[in-house]
Amino acid sequence: MPLWWPLLLASLLFAIGVYAVLVRRNAVLVLMGVELMLNAVNINLVAFDAHLRDQLHGGQTFALFVIVIAAAEIGLALAIVLLVFRSHGHIDVDRLRSLADRDLDPSTSSGHRKLDRPEVRR
Amino acid sequence: MSLVEGIFLLLAVIALVSAVLVVTTRNMVHAALWLVLTLGSIAGIYLLLAAEFVAWVQILIYVGAVVVLLLFALMLTRAPTGPQADLSIARVIPAAVVALLLAGLLGTTVVAGFAGERINLDEAVVGSAATTGETIFEKWVLPFEVLSVLLLAALVGAIVLSRMRATGDPEGRG
Repeated sequence: MPLWWPLLLASLLFAIGVYAVLVRRNAVLVLMGVELMLNAVNINLVAFDAHLRDQLHGGQTFALFVIVIAAAEIGLALAIVLLVFRSHGHIDVDRLRSLADRDLDPSTSSGHRKLDRPEVRR
Repeated sequence: MSLVEGIFLLLAVIALVSAVLVVTTRNMVHAALWLVLTLGSIAGIYLLLAAEFVAWVQILIYVGAVVVLLLFALMLTRAPTGPQADLSIARVIPAAVVALLLAGLLGTTVVAGFAGERINLDEAVVGSAATTGETIFEKWVLPFEVLSVLLLAALVGAIVLSRMRATGDPEGRG
């Protein structure tokens, strides 16, 4: 098998993941794009492991490590997503602007404090 | 073209098409289900590339756990099951241009850099559970242990986050 076949597949999957992260508004769908990118990297690692016939099996071991780190990341990220949903009532990443860099409103001294407060809908 | 190469091309096409559907579909549950297909065909590609244990771990963790977690998150955030028009931003053209440029850059780099080389799968050592276990517990023990601590820290963090009050109480008195 030519080496560039899995590498090209990994590149295309990575680009698709980048597209998902850029385009999607729902936080869970953004996370799916991140998962696609991590999988693309794993294909690279496994392909080079098979190509170089590494005695330490570095590629496959690192692929396993990346899978574990991805599992940790998805657990943590979904906890954050659920917390955001409970405090804001939505998980639309375009509307989550509490940490946005904005100019201070000169009319009120504590203007940014009001804007920063999350809207609690219960 | 050998049989392995044919199967690889088939799996690659399935993975790419379902990945495109993951990022373009208007139904969020369908996106998770297309992700299952993508991850499953990537597991098949691992099998073809002599990484047997990685393939099973991929199916166990990604298809079995991560997608189920994503579906749980979709349902806990009360995502509608029908099609939605506002899942993507309105200006998709710049994002598509960025993704296409990235794909072109990475693709031409790997094709130009590794055009003549071939993976000799006949002599590749199959990464079975025995081989991978010996490798991890003989040569990669320290990274493995560090990784277990990282996983523990991440899970503790997830528990603390999910016990936190929605009003922004930093003490986390649930």
